[in-house]
Order: sequence, then structure tokens, then C-alpha cells
Amino acid sequence: MLESFDAVLLARIQFAFTVSFHFLFPAFTIGLASYLAVLNSLWLWTKDHKYLDLFRYWVKIFALAFAMGVVSGIVMSYQFGTNWSVFSDRAGPVIGAPMAYEVLSAFFLEAGFLGIMLFGRERVGPGLHMVATAMVALGTFFSAFWILSVNSWMQTPAGYSIDPDTGQFLPENFWEIIFNPSFPYRLMHTVTAAYLTTAFIVGGVAAYHLLRRRRRREQPSEATKTMFSMAMWMAAIVAPVQIFLGDLHGLNTLEHQSVKVMAMEGHYESHPNGAPLYLFGIPNDETQTLDYAIGIPNLSSLILKHHWDAPLDGLDTIPDEDQPPVGIVFWSFRIMVALGFAMMGVGLWSLWARWRGRLFEAPWLHRAALAMSPSGLIAVLAGWVTTEVGRQPYTVYGLLRTSESAAPLDAAAVGTSLVAFIVIYFAVFGAGTFYILRLMGHPPVFGEPKLGEVVKGPIRTAGITPAPEEAVRRPNAVNPGE
Amino acid sequence: MPIVDGISFDLTFIWAFLIALAVLIYVVLDGFDLGLGMLFAAERKRGDRDVMMNSVAPVWDGNETWLVLGGGGLFAAFPLAYALILPALYAPIIAMLLALIFRGVAFEFRWRTERWRGVWDIAFIGGSAVAALSQGIALGGLLQGIEIDMTARAYAGGWWDWLTPFSVTVGVAVMVGYMLLGATWLVMKTTGDLQDRMRRRAWFLGVVTVGFIGVVSLWTPFLQEGYYSRWFSSWGIGLATLVGLAVLTLAGLMFRALYVHRHDYWPFILALAMFALCFVGLGMSMFPYIVPTEVTIYEAAAPRNAQIFMLVGAGILLPIILAYTAYAYWVFRGKVDPEAGYH
Ligand code: HDD
Ligand code: HEM
Ligand code: HEM
Repeated sequence: MLESFDAVLLARIQFAFTVSFHFLFPAFTIGLASYLAVLNSLWLWTKDHKYLDLFRYWVKIFALAFAMGVVSGIVMSYQFGTNWSVFSDRAGPVIGAPMAYEVLSAFFLEAGFLGIMLFGRERVGPGLHMVATAMVALGTFFSAFWILSVNSWMQTPAGYSIDPDTGQFLPENFWEIIFNPSFPYRLMHTVTAAYLTTAFIVGGVAAYHLLRRRRRREQPSEATKTMFSMAMWMAAIVAPVQIFLGDLHGLNTLEHQSVKVMAMEGHYESHPNGAPLYLFGIPNDETQTLDYAIGIPNLSSLILKHHWDAPLDGLDTIPDEDQPPVGIVFWSFRIMVALGFAMMGVGLWSLWARWRGRLFEAPWLHRAALAMSPSGLIAVLAGWVTTEVGRQPYTVYGLLRTSESAAPLDAAAVGTSLVAFIVIYFAVFGAGTFYILRLMGHPPVFGEPKLGEVVKGPIRTAGITPAPEEAVRRPNAVNPGE
Repeated sequence: MPIVDGISFDLTFIWAFLIALAVLIYVVLDGFDLGLGMLFAAERKRGDRDVMMNSVAPVWDGNETWLVLGGGGLFAAFPLAYALILPALYAPIIAMLLALIFRGVAFEFRWRTERWRGVWDIAFIGGSAVAALSQGIALGGLLQGIEIDMTARAYAGGWWDWLTPFSVTVGVAVMVGYMLLGATWLVMKTTGDLQDRMRRRAWFLGVVTVGFIGVVSLWTPFLQEGYYSRWFSSWGIGLATLVGLAVLTLAGLMFRALYVHRHDYWPFILALAMFALCFVGLGMSMFPYIVPTEVTIYEAAAPRNAQIFMLVGAGILLPIILAYTAYAYWVFRGKVDPEAGYH
């Protein structure tokens, strides 16, 4: 028994590790694919060269991030079978179909048009190239649609029956399965999160170059300014929307997974006369108390029930073995919410600076934007940890326990593969991140080299994806704009 | 038992066919990518390596997606089989996934650094080789049968059960076969010295591949009683001879196209046909089992309404996918220009 518990724990760590790494890339590429489609349309529409330069600048980064998203995603699709085979057998009849639709409608679309988007502009002409770029963006959205539907079904199962002989979940109504109660909220909140993630990365890169130019007392390029402006519009408009969507999502969770909300709020005890909103506290699962709690009386009832004194149940109404680990959920939720408000803060600040006509001469705003560049990535991970840990101890909420979902594997097998994943992910994706950062370290220039261009001394030759160091450090003489 | 037993054109059969088709398409498409990756080892000149990689850079992601469809399709249409096979082949599958990571990122990373280019070239070669080997081992491991406990609906063996002389032989066979695909692909996509070298390699690899096909085909019937009685029934012997002759004919034609006619396209097409034929032979050994010889496709199948729901999607989307995939190949058709690359 002890041994099988270890294998389950290792499998959980392995899943959490690989899916977290995987999600970092889609969180960035979903937004970036749309950004590239927008840049390309602006170029075709206005013929302003800065949009083409920006497209070429970001498409190099996109190619790297996308490749890492793909290879880490393939690991995920096999992980269900290797580590969670019991879950796969039971839930496969229901969630297999939406996952197959993801492959058919999303992955092929992305992969099929990616080559044309990256290398085909001159071969197919601007119109078809634009179509290919839009298809890649659409593919990333379909991918989010289906996989989030699957995940949401596991959170709020609907439209199924259970086979008494095999214990399998059987589909009764695919419409209800796909559009299960938490799906619309999760989809909107997650896709918006991806846009914010990208906006803050783009804004951070622009801010970095604005600051560098300023220190050298040079004028920033039009491309850099455009990038910053676009990112700040997104922050100003989308961050408040995201907070609103998050609130809706939370209300929905309260309805369907109230235990998760108790953990998020740190409500160990029930509050018959209105529950406080705890801002700080140290959750203690042993004593079932929130130590050193600092809270605002009755605010939680107001947010969740829209009434100052509405009663709220706490974890004391839930048996111990059905409770999630409160500490992780409590803190990851606070990290996400704090970052959401910080993002909105940057957005409002940028509006103020814009109104005063100093958007590009506001070093403190630029420093803040630079510091916030990874905030989206951190927030999405914190959000997922809240979601996934908060639904413990179940994989299919209320129906199939995590401890009963795992594959009959030796702990040694899972442990070995876990170590291999950790070492390889950090090495490989670490290198990839380094290359991305190095590309970001150079500002977009006038006549930005294409993805497939190498500049070697005076002669220009080309391979396919190459644009190594020399390429980005073009002599200034060629770029009067910079 | 005659081979035709149990064939009926029902939904389960259609799904088994579609998944087998996805796996076949994966094997031939990513087969030449991975084979090309292994051939990288022998081509040391940087220019040649650039050309080789450029010949697949715009399409490799699409090729690999068929693997996701094979796995995802198996999960969706035969969840029990997915749940039994993947834990049984745990080690080779994890090795394959990790190898595909190295192979996949090398496409992008090797252009991003001068100093580490050599390292990513090794990642490309090693990733391709290990992925091919593990795929072959997984196939061998499945063919030789896995131990299951049907009351628990679970795999019941240990995590080294897959490792046998047979599975390793199939692993090496798949490596060689992929290299043959890669070499003939390059005969089609390159010119000059590189193309000449690939012709020679294709010749040698073709001979070795045919040898391996022979060894594996003769070995398979002795793995499990079911295969034996099938292939050595009157029906089976006739069919086996037929398939064998067909493989030899295709191989002969391929060699002729390679050397006598010095044709650019035909060797690749004929090598693909050879793979397809082997695949048919494999299907005839396994059918109607999906976990030989324990679980049939009917026992592992997802419920009927799920099959129908997915078939609607596949019926609409697969033709579209095939169309735009073909279009993408068409856009990047012809020889790779070592000077210009693609823009
Ligand atoms: C940029 C990313 C980002 C930001 C700024 C926020 N979130 Fe979020 N949140 C996510 C990204 C995210 C996510 C990664 O997309 C999650 C994980 C799973 C999901 O459905 O969305 C999530 C989950 C999630 C959940 C869990 C729902 C469940 O598991 O059932 C709640 C209640 C909220 N969010 C609420 C908020 C609130 C009130 C926010 C604002 C202050 C907020 N989120 C900002
Ligand atoms: C992409 C962002 C995601 C992140 C960061 C994430 C994170 C996590 C974490 C931290 C766990 C471990 C929970 C624990 O053991 O306490 C987990 C488990 C799990 N998640 Fe997710 N998850 C994500 C998406 C998904 C999706 C899209 C699915 C389904 C399609 C999914 C299915 C599962 C399953 C099956 C487990 C294992 C069982 C379990 O421990 O609950 N996850 N995930
Ligand atoms: C456990 C859950 C998940 C599985 C099994 C999974 C599976 C995969 C696979 C197999 C790929 C590679 C596709 C290809 O070959 O082109 C992939 C890529 C991708 N996935 Fe995931 N995925 C999971 C979670 C998620 C989530 C939660 C999202 C978004 C909300 C997402 C969005 C994407 C996107 C947009 C890509 C394209 C590559 C990229 O943009 O980096 N995935 N995923």
C-alpha cells in the first residue's frame, strides 16, 4: 500500500511539473499568434514598414516558443496513458472525443499552416500568407477550447452515466459534456489570461528598449514605441475585464465546487452571520485554523453572496478526507489576484501617462512594465495550481479519486522518469528561454531580418530559420531608423 | 482460424482502420524526418546539414501531429487499449517522448547559436535515433504480447517486460527502415554530391531493410500461438507468400529507380509503398486484437455514441486536413536551394 501511494504521489508531481511547463508556452503563444495576425494585417493595410518589422521580430520568438509548446504538449497527450491509465480507461469514453477533436481541429491547423506562416510569405503571396497566419492563431484558440472543455468536465462533470460493470463513464449527451457548467468561465478566463500574458511580455520588452535608449540619450524607434503603446492598451482594457471574469469564475466555482472556494478563502470555520475576507493568514491543516489571520469582516459574504451577512459554510462541514490542501490553494489564489490588480494598476498608469502625452518618456512606468513582464506567466501558473489543487482529492470531481486514478506502475519507474523530465526540461527549455531572451535583448530594427535570413559580413546568404548572433547585430549604417 | 474471421464493416472496425491509418501516415512521414536526423551523423559538412534540415523544416510539425492523432485517437476510440498498452510500454514511450523533445527543439535552436550548434546537431541525431529505436521497441513489445489482468482492467506485468531480443530487433529494423525513407527523401529533395551520396546510402539501407523485414516476418509467427496458427494455415501461407513477393518486387523496383533510371521521385514513393505493405502484414497478424492476443478491438471500443460523434468530426475534418497538408507540401515542393533556403 505504501508503495502504491508513493507511485501516485510521484505521478502527481510528474503531471503537475510537465503540464505547468507545457502551459507556460501556450499561455504565451496563444496571445502571440493573435498579435502576429494583427501586426500582419496592419502591415498589409497601412503599408507602414514598422508593422512588418515587428512581425518579423516577434515571429522569430514565436517559432522558438511554439516548438517548445509542441514538444512539451506531446508529452502531455501520452502522460494520461502512461501515468493515469485507470483514469484513462474510466474517463476515456467521455473526454477522449473532445481530445480527438482538439487534434483534428487545432493541432493539424496550427502545424499545417505554421510552415507557410514562417517561411512562405514570398512563395504564396501576401494574401495567402495572411490566411496562414490567421489559421495558426485560430488553431491556438481551438486548442484552448477543447482542452479546457476536457479539464472543465473533470471539474464539473455533466452529461454522463456510469457503467455498473466496468466503472467507465459513458457519454449521454456530448453537448452537455462539452459545455459543462464551468467551461464557459474557464475558457474566457484562460484565453484572456493568455492575451494578458503576451501583452505584458511584449510591453516588458518594449519598456526595456525604451529605458536603454533613454540611458544612451537616443530616440527610440517607431517600432519600439508602437509595441509599447499596443501592449499598454491591452493592459488598460483587458486587465479589468479579466478581474471581472475571474469574479464570475469564482461565483461559478462556489456553486459547483464550494469546497475549493472554502480553501481559496481560508474558511476553515463556518460563518453563519457573514464571512470575512482574509487578506493574510497561515493555513494550518493540522489544527484546521487560519493562524495570524488578518481579514475584512463580512467582505467575503459580500463578494460571493452579494450580502453583508449571508452565511457561508466552512471546511468544518467537510470530512477531512475530502478536503484539498488549503495552504497551497490559499496562497496561489492570492498571488493570482494580486497580480491581476497589479496589471490593472500598470494599465491605469499608462492611461495617465498617455493622457499627459508622456507614454514614451515615463521611466518609472517603463521600469514597472519591465518588472511586470513575467507577471502573466506567474499568474497563469498560480491560477492553475488553485484550480487543480483545489479540486483534490478527486480527478473527476466528486466521482473518481486521484488515488484511484493512477497506473499500476512501480514507484521506481515513475521516479526515474520524473527525474529525467526534470533534468531535461530545465536543460532544454532553459536553453530555449535563453535564446528567446537573447532575441529580446536586441531592439526591432528597420528592415528587421526575416526568420530565414543570416547576415554574414557584407554578403547575405540564407538558410531557413537561421538568424544567429550576427544577424541581429546589423551595422547601424544599414538602419538609419535605429 | 482464417484471417477474414470477424471482419464486419461496423463502427469499431472503421475506427480501428482510421487509427491504423493515422499510425501508418505518422510512420512514413515522421519516418523520413527521423531517418534524415540519423543520416545527419554521416554528413559532417555544415552546408549539407543545413540543406537536409531545410528540406523538412516547414513540414516536420505537421508530420509529428499524426503521432498525436494516433495516441489521442487510441485514447478516444479504444480507451481500454490505451490504458493497457501505455503502462506496459512505459520505458520506451517515455524515452521516445524525451527524444522527440531534443529532436523537435533542435530545428529551432541550432540556428540560434554558433557556439552550441554542434550540441544541437547531436541532439538532433540522438533524438532521432532514440525516438526511432523506441518506436520499434514499442511495436515489438506490443507484438510479443503483454501481461494483463482483465478483472482489474489493468496491466499486470513489470516495467522491463518489453525488453526481449525480439523487441530490440524490431527497434533496430525500424531505425534502418526510417533511414531508408530519409535517404530516398533526400534523393528527391537535393542535388549534386549530397544526392549521389544519398543514392548510395539508400541502396545499402534498402538491402538491410529487406533483410530485417524478412527476419521479423519469420520471427513473428513464433511469438504467439495465435499468429502461428494464422500464418501457417493454408490461407495464411498463401497470403504470406504474396505479401513477401510484393515486398521483394517493390524493393527491386526501388533499386532500379535508384540506380538504373537514376530517378529522383520514384525511390521515395516505392519505399513508402514498401512500408505500407509491411503495415498491412502487421495488421493481418494482429486483427482483430488490439492487445495481442488478449483484447480485441471490440472489447476495448468506446461506446457507440462516442464513436459516432467522433466519426462525424473525422469525416469532415480529415479530408480538409489532408487537403491543406498536401498544399503545404506543394508550396515547398522541389529541390532545396542551398543558397536561398525558403522565404
Ligand atoms: C493572467 C492570468 C490571470 C489573472 C491576472 C487572473 N487569473 Fe484567475 N486564473 C487564471 C489566470 C489569471 C487561469 C490560468 O486562466 C485559471 C486557471 C484555471 C482556469 O480556469 O483559469 C484561473 C483560475 C481562477 C479561479 C479558479 C476557478 C476554478 O478553479 O474553478 C478563480 C476563482 C479565479 N481565477 C479568479 C480570479 C480573479 C478574481 C482574478 C483577479 C483579480 C484573477 N483570477 C486574475
Ligand atoms: C495547463 C495548465 C495546468 C496546470 C498548471 C495544471 C496543474 C496541475 C497540478 C498542480 C496538479 C497536481 C494537483 C495535486 O496533485 O494536488 C494537476 C493534476 C492534474 N491535472 Fe492539471 N493542470 C493544468 C491543466 C490541466 C488540464 C488541461 C487537464 C486535463 C485535460 C489536467 C488534468 C489533470 C490531471 C488528470 C491531474 C492528475 C490528477 C491530480 O493530481 O489531480 N490539468 N494539474
Ligand atoms: C493535460 C493537458 C494538455 C494536453 C494533453 C495537451 C496536449 C498538447 C499537444 C499534444 C500539443 C502539440 C500539438 C502539435 O503537435 O502541434 C499541444 C500544443 C499546444 N497546447 Fe497543449 N495540452 C494540454 C494543455 C493545454 C492547455 C491547458 C492549453 C491552453 C489553454 C493548451 C494549448 C496548447 C496550444 C495553443 C498548443 C500549440 C503549441 C503552442 O502554442 O505552444 N494545452 N498540447
